[in-house]
Amino acid sequence: MKITYLKISFILSSILILISSCEPELDPSVEDDRIYESGNADFSNFVAVGNSLTAGFMDGALYRSGQMSSFPNIMAGQFEFVGGGEFNQPLMNDDLGGLLFNGQKIAQNRLVLAVDEQGNPAPAELAGNPTTEVTNTLSGSFNNVGVPGARSFELTVNGYGNAANLPTAANPYFVRFASSPDASVIEDAAAQNPSFFSLWIGNNDVLGYATNGGAGEDQTGNTDPSTYGPNDITDPNVFAQVYSGLVNSLNESASGGVLFNIPDVTSIPFFQVVPVQAVPLDEQTAAQLNAQFNLYNTQILGGLAQAGIISQNEVQQRQISFSEGDNFVTIQDENLTDLTTILQGPPFNLDPQTAQTLGQLRQANSSDLIPLTAASFIGTTVNDDPTLINGVTVPLGDQYVLTSEEQNKVQMATNAYNETIAGIAQQNELAFVDVNAILTQVNEGGIPYNGGTLTSEFVSGDSFSLDGIHLTPKGNALISNRAIEAINAQYGSTIPVVEIGDYKGITPSNNVAQ
Amino acid sequence: MKKLLLACLFMLSTASIYAGGYRVAAQGQRALAMGHAGVAVVNSAELAFFNPAGLSHLEGQLNVSVGFTGVLSQTKWQNQETGQFSETDSGLGTPFHAYISYKINETFTAGLAVYTPYGSSVEWEKDWAGSHLVNDINLESIFVQPLISMRLSDEISIGGGPIFVTGNVNFNRNADRSLTDLEGNRSNVTIDDSGVTNWGWSASMLITPGEKFKLGINYRSEIILSSEDGKATFSNFPNSPLTPANTTMGFQAELPLPAELTIGASYEFNDKWLFAFDYNRIFWNVYESLDIDFEDPSVPNSINPRNYKSASTYRFGLQYKALENLTLRTGYYLDESPVRDGFFAPETPRNDANGFTGGISYQVNDKIAIDASFLYVRFEEVDTSYDPYTVNGQEAPFEGTYNSNAFLPGIGLTYNL
Repeated sequence: MKITYLKISFILSSILILISSCEPELDPSVEDDRIYESGNADFSNFVAVGNSLTAGFMDGALYRSGQMSSFPNIMAGQFEFVGGGEFNQPLMNDDLGGLLFNGQKIAQNRLVLAVDEQGNPAPAELAGNPTTEVTNTLSGSFNNVGVPGARSFELTVNGYGNAANLPTAANPYFVRFASSPDASVIEDAAAQNPSFFSLWIGNNDVLGYATNGGAGEDQTGNTDPSTYGPNDITDPNVFAQVYSGLVNSLNESASGGVLFNIPDVTSIPFFQVVPVQAVPLDEQTAAQLNAQFNLYNTQILGGLAQAGIISQNEVQQRQISFSEGDNFVTIQDENLTDLTTILQGPPFNLDPQTAQTLGQLRQANSSDLIPLTAASFIGTTVNDDPTLINGVTVPLGDQYVLTSEEQNKVQMATNAYNETIAGIAQQNELAFVDVNAILTQVNEGGIPYNGGTLTSEFVSGDSFSLDGIHLTPKGNALISNRAIEAINAQYGSTIPVVEIGDYKGITPSNNVAQ
Repeated sequence: MKKLLLACLFMLSTASIYAGGYRVAAQGQRALAMGHAGVAVVNSAELAFFNPAGLSHLEGQLNVSVGFTGVLSQTKWQNQETGQFSETDSGLGTPFHAYISYKINETFTAGLAVYTPYGSSVEWEKDWAGSHLVNDINLESIFVQPLISMRLSDEISIGGGPIFVTGNVNFNRNADRSLTDLEGNRSNVTIDDSGVTNWGWSASMLITPGEKFKLGINYRSEIILSSEDGKATFSNFPNSPLTPANTTMGFQAELPLPAELTIGASYEFNDKWLFAFDYNRIFWNVYESLDIDFEDPSVPNSINPRNYKSASTYRFGLQYKALENLTLRTGYYLDESPVRDGFFAPETPRNDANGFTGGISYQVNDKIAIDASFLYVRFEEVDTSYDPYTVNGQEAPFEGTYNSNAFLPGIGLTYNL
């Protein structure tokens, strides 16, 4: 009997040992075999340089889970299949995203999609007190050197991470992780001796101008960036020089890299959500308004034209007319002759406020773009005066409209930057991602993936986050995949792409300030 | 020695593995050792499951067979397009059986059978790439069946009885492929129910034209488990009217335990050698869709097409009586998967399988024998997908390569008086 027990126990134990060593094997195995090739690039130390897009900024803020789905972090995850190392990011302290500087809140929390009492979903700031203090600087070096808000030339500025230079000459996000107060972004990046790099910079060189409705200056021709305002267009020659320097710095140690170009700003939801015809009117109100503007349309404009102060063309542009249905907003166009002073004089003798209202007044047309920031402004009244309606009787200011002239300036600069980027990519035999073409495709029909289509439709399109400018994790996954494809083509590697459907789109939440 | 045995059993119960598919064919140690063929083998009280008609052929007045099997099984998945991979973290399935038969007279034999033909325990890595289909599932069912066997003539016997089934289910999956709460925890739903009961029946016939040759047929009816009192728990959903609330609510769902037909034969070449063949047909086509109807009408129902097809298993077994008190057995079976291409859901990662079996019986004394069996199941590696998962009406196939295997060591006792 004892022998039987012993035998059975022995058999059972042997079986268990056999079982634990006998897992099913996939052939080839992603986990155990090295089945992907790195080609002739070395991905062991990947450093990503750029702005908010590189940092993983989305929903109007930089927050932890957004950073985890930054496009370089997604790429680094796939690089692990071909010898990629750790990818350190200067993570924020929380998932809210706001920033504190000496305890004062200087950046808002992330936006979430909140549903109001009427059941309408709209972006709203996530409630909560941010805990990321700018002056609590991080130590160590970071593979993700993406600095939200940075323009091309600012990457080379020493002291851009010095808290003493805030708010104008420094960037709070870089202050957090600069290796020293005097370091520049590119110095910190190059000091890590990247074996592979990504560079996506130049967006903010036009974006600030565009999102502020062209309120800044086009600095084309001015080669001294130290004289630029925050919302100006960077001179393309300055861009070219800076860009080439950035690539040279990174390329010194690297076996390769990938460059991204600048998308056309008009392809982003920020300029597509608010229609130019944003003023719905009934027949009676339209007639009332037309009566109000009748004198202006006929007498004032006619008189000014007769006096030779404005052209017939400008008379046509300045006509204000409303009808039942959706109407074009009224705007202030800096390209029109400023009549403010003239209107205050004889024979019109208008009061200064009215004269200013009419000074550069016109109704928007279908070639104008209204930024997302105007959404909550159009239709509000001035000083609770029901007759002073923003966008109707009070024209939208320059910052709330990007006219076709302003769009042209942005377009010209963007094209010039993109020529530079494509040229440098070719010269240095670097992988190149035509983000401009990709986002145009997203905008015009969309890009399908397993289980959906990425479009630039606000909220439902899943590509762009709630700020209407920055990509969602899904959008970042698309960019990562395109970058991986470009890298594979350039370096002969076989890095796998990610499943876009596994990444998040818009985040719904009603945890918002009431 | 007892300590060592206990240690082994303890290891068994904590070892980590799962069971592929939810029909687990391990309803008798002696039959399992012979490729789980037994519809025409008159051997022990295991006939209570394999062919109740045969109970009246057993020698002795009282026959008992009890045993249990450890189902140690593992599945690996990968997608070479994306580099994603995962594996099931093992749990242990322990199908068991207890059969007793009592010969009332030469014509009638009564019996009672308790067995667990359906069950599954699959646990993938939490939030793995297919977590929108399943994170983990645990399915248990116990069949209790009183039996009567009747010897109509020397050649023909019939048998059968009603089946009472009680089942438990616990199933967790993520809400979709990406939704999380604000902290990044994946939104998920767990459905849980226990004590789901229903009735079925089985009936069988044994034909014995001669001493050596036997023919058997056994049919077990389909039993639908309808879950009506279970709870669905929604967790980690963001606080938003756009998504379900974090709450617990009722649900309704049905899981079929399909009907099974077995036809087989056995032949004794001589005193030592016996060959058995069983043909199994499981009517899986009843499993069209797993639909979970949540109590709150604002929460969309979960519709999960399965579209199974009925499938056959071919079982071959050989028995060799080596010594007076020692019998050796071996067997093989080919198990066709009921899963159609494009409907490969990872909660039952079951492909065509080859089963290799072996076992021994040691006759301790006149009355008691110890039966041990071992089954190794090798599922064929398969590139497949689950296509019907949809996002806003658009299909989002879940693709990849699966490879599974399973080890089922079992032990039992046979008592004969």
